[in-house]
Amino acid sequence: MKWRRKDLLGLRELSREEIEYILETAQPFKEISERPIKKVPTLRGKTVVNLFFEPSTRTRISFELAEKRLSADTINFTPGSSSVLKGETLLDTLRNIQAMQIDCVVMRHPSPGSCHFLAQRLDVPVINAGDGAHEHPTQALLDLFTIKEKKKRIEGLKVAIVGDIRFSRVARSNIWGLTKMGAKVRVISPPTLLPPCIEKMGVEVFYHLKEGLRNVDVIMALRIQRERQNESLIPSIREYRKLYGITREVLKVAKDDVIIMHPGPVNRGIELEPEVVDSSHSVILEQVTNGVAVRMAILYILMGGEVS
Amino acid sequence: MSILIKGARVIDAYSGLDGIRDILIEKGKLVKLEKNIKEKADKIIHAQGKVVIPGLIDLHAHLREPGREDEETILSGSWAGVHGGYTVICCMPNTQPPIDHPGMVNYVKEQAKSSPIIILPYATISKNREGKELAELGLLRETGAVGFSDDGSPVMDALLMRRALEYSLMLNAPIISHCEDLNLSRGGVMNEGELSTILGLKGIPAEAEEIMVERDLKLAQLTGAHLHIAHVSTKGSVDLIREAKEKGVKVTCEVTPHHLILTEEALLSFNPHTKVNPPLRRKEDVETLQQALKEGVIDVIATDHAPHLATEKEKEIEEAPFGMIGLDTCFSLIFTYIVEKGILSLKEVVEKMSLNPAKILNLPWGRIKVGEVPHLTIFDPEATWIVKEDTLYSKSKNTPFLGWELKGKIEWVIIGERILMERGKCLL
Amino acid sequence: MRKFIDQEELRDLWLKVCREVSREIPHSNIAIVGIRTRGAHLAARLRNFLKERTGIDVPFGILDITLYRDDLTAIAEQPVVRSTEIPFNVTGKRIVLVDDVIYTGRTVRAALDELIDFGRPSYIRLAVLIDRGGRELPIQPDFVGKFVELAPEEVVEVKLKEIDDEEGAYILKKK
Repeated sequence: MKWRRKDLLGLRELSREEIEYILETAQPFKEISERPIKKVPTLRGKTVVNLFFEPSTRTRISFELAEKRLSADTINFTPGSSSVLKGETLLDTLRNIQAMQIDCVVMRHPSPGSCHFLAQRLDVPVINAGDGAHEHPTQALLDLFTIKEKKKRIEGLKVAIVGDIRFSRVARSNIWGLTKMGAKVRVISPPTLLPPCIEKMGVEVFYHLKEGLRNVDVIMALRIQRERQNESLIPSIREYRKLYGITREVLKVAKDDVIIMHPGPVNRGIELEPEVVDSSHSVILEQVTNGVAVRMAILYILMGGEVS
Repeated sequence: MSILIKGARVIDAYSGLDGIRDILIEKGKLVKLEKNIKEKADKIIHAQGKVVIPGLIDLHAHLREPGREDEETILSGSWAGVHGGYTVICCMPNTQPPIDHPGMVNYVKEQAKSSPIIILPYATISKNREGKELAELGLLRETGAVGFSDDGSPVMDALLMRRALEYSLMLNAPIISHCEDLNLSRGGVMNEGELSTILGLKGIPAEAEEIMVERDLKLAQLTGAHLHIAHVSTKGSVDLIREAKEKGVKVTCEVTPHHLILTEEALLSFNPHTKVNPPLRRKEDVETLQQALKEGVIDVIATDHAPHLATEKEKEIEEAPFGMIGLDTCFSLIFTYIVEKGILSLKEVVEKMSLNPAKILNLPWGRIKVGEVPHLTIFDPEATWIVKEDTLYSKSKNTPFLGWELKGKIEWVIIGERILMERGKCLL
Repeated sequence: MRKFIDQEELRDLWLKVCREVSREIPHSNIAIVGIRTRGAHLAARLRNFLKERTGIDVPFGILDITLYRDDLTAIAEQPVVRSTEIPFNVTGKRIVLVDDVIYTGRTVRAALDELIDFGRPSYIRLAVLIDRGGRELPIQPDFVGKFVELAPEEVVEVKLKEIDDEEGAYILKKK
């Protein structure tokens, strides 16, 4: 198939074909990180700017590695968060980028649609590294890649996403990706952490952990943030852990070969019991490895050839 | 200067007229309205194939003066109105400073003197629009305010709203309510529902509007006062208003053109020009609003013209201010998407955009009557125009309709013997 | 379009190349690397030949040179990247690089760059089925099946039974 998009802004608008294309392309890129010289000259001479308006060490590093292993030059731009007015920064940032002749923008921003804002105004590709609660497409793609690697397929798998769905871009992107690839998705969450009409996205809703985890092939645990307690969305972290924390005991209701995933960083002892994090079910570290390969594939697809 | 308009289809909801007539204006008064006028005149307008309607009246526009003259002024807003076929505009008092004491009403009246059309000021319900204490409604009315509203904000305190309604009984002017429960809507950017979930944006539930509508309707019933509900946007609100009207509550209400035409799906591209308050709602709500207009549950179409500078709107959608302009485009939008689609007849539109607004505020306009100072708008039902930044007369250009091709182009606007727009061009 | 090498001739030409390779290169440290796609299949045939001849399982690898091309932005369609598999240590080996056709030499240059990123071979020799002239870089094969001088608008296409349903080589006119 011929890739026709300038940007990667989300998984909602991608077809199953396009998602498969990205996953296929990521495969050969994984091998490069296993060579003695972990570099190919493909994007030599191209400049990529990592525009991170929200702090994020691991996603930024993952992108940086991907860019460098493709021989691209990288620039990290982290505008100060509180002192500068958010709106002004975006438009000014845009103008600066235009003046510097950048070839690609990787952007993370706390506000949904901010990547669309830049993408509509720039001629170069924009990759969404997370825009508020809206989407985090590269995370979902590496999650899909990891599932496919471990389970050899995605179609027909039962996948449970556990945690704060309401404020999660990882949840939304994964719901799109998984449903398009034919998986059966469940969300498990207290009612206050579910967004309105979530079932319209094609998922089954569960309030109770054990019920929702019955016979699942994949568990995706989301990070719970302490702020939610302050907003009265959950009474306490302790209660959250008791009702939604994934322990070895709870895992018994899932399939024997269930895999555990987490976008990181893990709140050990809250979302996941430490023994679960370190168990053979966990593929969390593989997610990180695959993240670099998937991001290399995306950079290659968006920048490595003429886009019609 | 005498003016003779020949051969147009004249539609007047007041008298029920809908037919080809000539119109003769002499010494600033409409002297003849009949077929084939033989008199001579200084200016003859050959209007065959065109339609003459009474000058449009907008009950809800934000003209930003004083305080944000960079976004719009009373003068520039007036010309945007002329461009859109309006001869009367009522301007909201949420300016900086707000119109909450007689001196400010006088200020607006003074600025309005250089306007080509009639500008009528509203005043605030509460002092400084803080929603705590009643403003001096009596003095404000005396000075010339034609209605009261804290629009932009609701009056959260039910007791204050009750007092305002009671007080208004002696003022012969409506209390105009912006119905929104701020606690339910806080942080919201668009309609709450499936789409807000998909886009990851905080939503404003329909209930935020409906709870206040219900409250204000009950207060209107309690006090017997005239309540006018601004920018109705949901099915639930329509049902509540219908029920109240059936019970005899003195309520009138308005709907904006964008709530009649766009749904929340317009936000899929994250275009900040689609961010309005109340937000664009579901298809079901749009269809209900259209029906309610036809039924008469909704009395008036009003623009809620809300200018914002590009530098303020060109942002990530969460940060952008709410609002879109509307004076330039309202009539053409309604003609193209409501009349041409058969939802309302032209006479019904004249009713909603001219006659009923006049009735609600007791104004001597909204009709074409011999012996009166004519307010006339002439449009071409076949001519089209494309909404572009340089074709808009408003100072601000924040509209999601940019690029849209519309029918029902306004060509002439006349007040008395003064021609304000000639052949589609405003005579600034 | 004309077929200028038929099934039998192709088999004979490649056999000739295999024999030359076996004769010239010491078997102790030899390794074979094929360039995707058809170079890889020809390389496999070379490996099988050496196995039959000498009993040795010669180390074998496949290169996908897509990420090393110098004309990436000039291609309209995204070239599909497939995996490179070099399951042996390249350092110190006498490598025979195999491709079906050599033309401008740019593919071989990319392959050399990629191979050298894996380590330091003792040397690299190049074996091709067809040399059609038209070099743009100073790169020449060490073992050639057949040489044919073609016009710039002509293209050679090799068909191998491992992936096509016939064997042979064609000359076509570029559109």
